[in-house]
Amino acid sequence: MFGVKRLLVIACFSATSVYALDGSPGLGQALDSAEITGIDISIDATGRNLPVGSGTALQGASVYEAKCLACHGAGAVGGENLADPLVGGIGTLTTDKPLKTVVSYWPYATTLFDYVRRAMPLNAPMSLADDEVYAVSAYLLFLGGVIEESHELNAETLPQVKMPNRDGFQSVWADR
Amino acid sequence: MKSTTENKLEKVAGNGLLGRRAFFQKGIVWLGASAAGVSMAATTGDAAPPWMKTPGAPLRGYGQPSPHTEATQRQLLQPYGTMAPGSGASVTPLQDLNGIITPNGLHFERSHNGVPAIDPEQHELFIHGLVGQPLKISYNDLLRYPTVTRTCFIECSGNGLFNANLADEPMQMPVGHLHGLMSTSEWTGVPLSLLLDEAGIEAGAAWLLAEGADPVAMSRSIPVSKAMDDAMIALYQNGEPVRPEQGYPMRLLLPGFEGNMQVKWLRRIKVTDRPTYTKDETSKYSDHLADGSSNLFSFTMGVKSAITRPALPYRMQGKGFYEITGLAWSGHGAVTRVEVSADGGTSWADAELSSPALSMSPVRFRSPWQWDGSPSVLMSRAHDNKGNVQMSRADWSVKYAAGHLYHNNSIQAWAIATDGEIKNVWS
Ligand code: HEC
Repeated sequence: MFGVKRLLVIACFSATSVYALDGSPGLGQALDSAEITGIDISIDATGRNLPVGSGTALQGASVYEAKCLACHGAGAVGGENLADPLVGGIGTLTTDKPLKTVVSYWPYATTLFDYVRRAMPLNAPMSLADDEVYAVSAYLLFLGGVIEESHELNAETLPQVKMPNRDGFQSVWADR
Repeated sequence: MKSTTENKLEKVAGNGLLGRRAFFQKGIVWLGASAAGVSMAATTGDAAPPWMKTPGAPLRGYGQPSPHTEATQRQLLQPYGTMAPGSGASVTPLQDLNGIITPNGLHFERSHNGVPAIDPEQHELFIHGLVGQPLKISYNDLLRYPTVTRTCFIECSGNGLFNANLADEPMQMPVGHLHGLMSTSEWTGVPLSLLLDEAGIEAGAAWLLAEGADPVAMSRSIPVSKAMDDAMIALYQNGEPVRPEQGYPMRLLLPGFEGNMQVKWLRRIKVTDRPTYTKDETSKYSDHLADGSSNLFSFTMGVKSAITRPALPYRMQGKGFYEITGLAWSGHGAVTRVEVSADGGTSWADAELSSPALSMSPVRFRSPWQWDGSPSVLMSRAHDNKGNVQMSRADWSVKYAAGHLYHNNSIQAWAIATDGEIKNVWS
């Protein structure tokens, strides 16, 4: 019913066989808005899909200690047999020893929220409350010298955080 | 004194490179090769090996490799050790394979928090965002959609990392470590365009966010143009359901694009007006240039080739005849030509290419070579039908920042010493 007549070109060895499909068999079920709210966890750089909630570095310190420190180390600088350093390295990208971290390299703070909420802590992904994700994000950005300790992150303020390497990227994809 | 056999062979480049058809010339008997001697037997049984004289193993439901090839294994790269054993990669052991297709159990893996144990009965694919009708499609329903088949490679954009800008000198490791984050399968699945048409893409749609059902919900932004062109929801890999490590029950296939985008365990597609700037397209899989800035969305895998034999971890087995063989591929299209050098790039000869040359599928190249035992440097250089040519490591390296490791498609060389030792060297 939604199908558009489409030619599927199947490159098959030297001969090319072509068959016409009259749209799709249409076996998809309607997905309602409540279901979409449940699954739509991605946050782009505008922050338009950020959830309600907030947090500061002061609150995030305890989240970090309880749920991140074991793998990312004290001060989030990584270490021997530990996961990636999350802070440090600002100003090193043009040197012969670049240190890429969340604060030295990432263009958008929204990516930090998005990623921590979906993937961290690695041993229990998707277990943090949204307030905890705001708070631990604030803590990392504070540790890295990007925001003040008392700066509250929420759906409005998070996209406004200017990351140090924000202008260090260019898209090479022709469409954009 | 040259042997009569050698005199008959056409030399096409320096240091013993022979004509492509040398193998197939009639009347050539290779030095050192001789018919196996069979002693005269008194009875049939006396001359037969033991496995011909006792019943073999019974039939079985799923075949396994010979126990004699047990050493042919993926090698594991686990940067975080036991803290995160599911975050890392395993590489295809190219040194032990021939042909183009990678056996399913040896396809390279890259995962960020292990392989999820997905119940296909509960798995659904969601499509929403800038579409007329948001959809969920169960795995079982997806199996009823029309399918297409194509053979193509998947290459992690970190393939070649050990020869990229993180090393001070060439590392000595098997060819699988150097180039085995690239594997090839015949993939069968549903064209993504069919599903996007069913949902009805709306005006303003330019990107998709594709997300996996793994425990990091791996996500990447993909241009709608690619999705509508040749993207596939792959359900079968070399004829059988996609392996868990490759995304069972379904993965995204984006021919020619970097592997990280070809989201495994695919669960959600959100149609968007702009890229999402996920962690895996900013923090990782972006290209840090020599000037300190970084390229985003460098999706296409460049033209590349690698000699898989002679290669590490093996040694030469005395002078004489060798087949120089390897793989060549390009994310831009089809490989049209592979040149091989046995003298470190001073002279080159065209290698024989396996046919057919399919778009975004590797070719296997082969060059006959007579090694005289002198120190030699082997190289291969691929060309594709879009005019791209593989460059030297020196030319590649200066474009990128120190430590940069993605999209290294430069020429790799094997130096061969008189004692038969093979070493990875930079071109
Ligand atoms: C069990 C160990 C573990 C724990 C606990 C953990 N992490 Fe991680 N973290 C990792 C590993 C491993 C990676 C790399 C993942 C990959 O391969 O993509 C990572 C990656 C990250 C990254 C991306 C780094 C980059 O430069 O790309 C961020 C940000 C992060 N973790 C934040 C956190 C936060 C915040 C917490 C606590 C809420 C946390 N992590 C808890 C192991 C852990």
